Amino acid sequence: MEIALLAFFTAGYLVLSGADFGIGMLLPYLGRSPGERGRVLDVITPFFLADEVWLVVAVGFFAGAFPVLEGGFLAENYAAFTVLLLGWVARDAGILLRGRVDRAAWRTGCEAAVVIGSWAVALSWGFVLAGSTGSAGAAPPVLAAAVAAAAALFCAQGLALAALRLRGETSRAETGKASGGDALRTETGKTSGGEAGVPWRRARRPFGALGERAAYALTSAAIVSAGLAAGSRLPLAEHLADPATLALLTPAAAILTPLLVGTQVWLWRVLARPGAGTARTAGAAGAAGAAGTTEAAGVAGTAGAAGTATS
Amino acid sequence: MDTLDLARLQFALTAGTHFLFVALTLGLATLIAVVQTRATLTRSTVHERMTRFWGRLYVINYVMGIVTGLVMEFQLGMAWNGLSHFAGNVFGAALAMETLVAFFVESTFLGLWIFGWGRLNRWAHLAVFWVVTLTAYASAYWVLVANGFMQNPVGAESSGGTLRLTDAAAVLANPAALTAFGHVLAASLVTAGFFLAGVSAHHLRRRTAEQEFFRRSLRIGVFTGLPGLLAVLAFGELSFSTVQPMKWAVFEGDAAEIDRLRAEAAAAYGAVREGAGGAGGLADLVDHVPPALPVQAGGIAMLGLFGVMALVSLVSVPPALSSRAVRGLRAWHVLLIAAVPLPFAAVLGGWVLREAGRQPWAVQGLLTTEEALSDLPPGLLRFSLAAFTVLFAVLVALNAWMLVRTARRGPGPADDPAPGAPDLPTGSPPARDEPVPAAVF
Repeated sequence: MEIALLAFFTAGYLVLSGADFGIGMLLPYLGRSPGERGRVLDVITPFFLADEVWLVVAVGFFAGAFPVLEGGFLAENYAAFTVLLLGWVARDAGILLRGRVDRAAWRTGCEAAVVIGSWAVALSWGFVLAGSTGSAGAAPPVLAAAVAAAAALFCAQGLALAALRLRGETSRAETGKASGGDALRTETGKTSGGEAGVPWRRARRPFGALGERAAYALTSAAIVSAGLAAGSRLPLAEHLADPATLALLTPAAAILTPLLVGTQVWLWRVLARPGAGTARTAGAAGAAGAAGTTEAAGVAGTAGAAGTATS
Repeated sequence: MDTLDLARLQFALTAGTHFLFVALTLGLATLIAVVQTRATLTRSTVHERMTRFWGRLYVINYVMGIVTGLVMEFQLGMAWNGLSHFAGNVFGAALAMETLVAFFVESTFLGLWIFGWGRLNRWAHLAVFWVVTLTAYASAYWVLVANGFMQNPVGAESSGGTLRLTDAAAVLANPAALTAFGHVLAASLVTAGFFLAGVSAHHLRRRTAEQEFFRRSLRIGVFTGLPGLLAVLAFGELSFSTVQPMKWAVFEGDAAEIDRLRAEAAAAYGAVREGAGGAGGLADLVDHVPPALPVQAGGIAMLGLFGVMALVSLVSVPPALSSRAVRGLRAWHVLLIAAVPLPFAAVLGGWVLREAGRQPWAVQGLLTTEEALSDLPPGLLRFSLAAFTVLFAVLVALNAWMLVRTARRGPGPADDPAPGAPDLPTGSPPARDEPVPAAVF
């Protein structure tokens, strides 16, 4: 039960936050202009804090149910986790601060923090992964393979989410152009309205003919499998906390977990609702904007399904 | 500096920075919850605008504070795995409950609140913020259960080199946790009260357009500060009964008492370790007494600043009762603005007294800080200490800059509750390339 809960929290983190980091890593590829990068970041901005709490809970539960192992694991990978934390904080700060000052240099700096921070997190997980697959000091080829694999999995997850959530962009752009909405002024000044969906095309290019949902399900399954395979190498069953502790902690966690999932689903649903803000920001293309945000609900459903499947 | 000093300095920086954010977050949440309740009950426009404006400041501070909490959670395992090895059955479980019961729900509901303006029914939206507030309290409670156990380990027994939980109720009702919980909650109300009063005084002094808005806010601040200080004092007095005798002896500089307690502690510790089949470690302990300088400086700062704040609060009550003084007494406005940092400095002082005074113990009488330390090369610690120091300095500076900027601008059109108005608490005008403005945070 404890192992299943830990696996569930980890899987939730990898699927949800993994995509946020992947999008951050590929920001320069997905968005070629400040406007495009802004749109790409909008895919994750409302969600990334709610996504990263999964890791906080995973580590908290790890510390509670497997205290000795948690301490050992974090201390053994001290350098990797230090870099991970630095990258994580830089990424968060970059997203939060980007819109605060209206200057090109400031935006570029914040975007750099997002990109470098996201890469630092993904590569650190690669090191941690390699560390958990063998005793301390994995051979260089193993290490390189693990790091490359982690980077690839995060990138794929990010592309799949970007493809899914940016799907409404094309229609939104066309509606905006047709109605002459000033909402797209920055885009239409440089390119034709039809190309506003370009980040979306870039995101879905690697998946070929595969549909967005299928791609997202596939990359989610891949990143969860990799995470669980690495985690299964940890001697979890031998390092459970004392029964007296687990008698309280495990039922509490088992009862709370469905509630936690429920609150997240509620958040996704609220974000998918076309509030006054959506209408404002989408300008004349309000209806198309709403169509775009329903994709968030689709993602939510898929993520929930993926999470349940792995538990 | 040896590895232990480096690791302690690093953790102190992390926890101290985190505490600065928490002190404001916890108190501000309470005040906003009350104001939003009033706005919801009476449909009062000014109260809804207050909810939105102070809510924006709250969100900035919360989000910047989260990241320091993340670093702290990881650092406990990374640098102090002796603690999880020895006391994980109690300590780890309290942290796990904190993340499950409190942090996860708090963060998700805060997201619901931020994006729920105009999307959620107003009663549901109010309930969402009360959940945020109550889970913030729950978070503080669980963290102080963990910390209270380090100060006063009850409800567990040592066997085979680790602690086992024997009485969960004793851990949860540990007086060292409960009194600190009350003390910290009261201190956070004081921090938020002084913050509201100071920011409002700035606007009243500048005679900005928002007279009614800030007159009400200033009064809320002043009339929270004084009872808050009384509660701080009451819980502080209560917690004296749980303070380790050694902490007091060092604070008071009583050399004879220190010697007596040192001999006593060494003997008791030897017995514990022999009972567990471990080495004595008596020799190591001879020189271990809490460092006098931080204990005394922390205690004096806390008590001295308490006196200053009590004075500021007392002289603020009469003018706060008069509308004319609230609007026009500009010397008093300056005093309120200058007093904003005082609660932050006081909570840091109190925290230094509590934690430095616990030394040399990680878990009082059972596990020394040195034993709790992970086996780490000093070079690695130097690197992480330097990196985290720079990071936290940048975070604190950015947070202060954003708070000051947002507070100075005051409530804007974004805070107007009129139907069809922007529903997101953002200060920036809508721009096409920010459909969900990052400034929402």
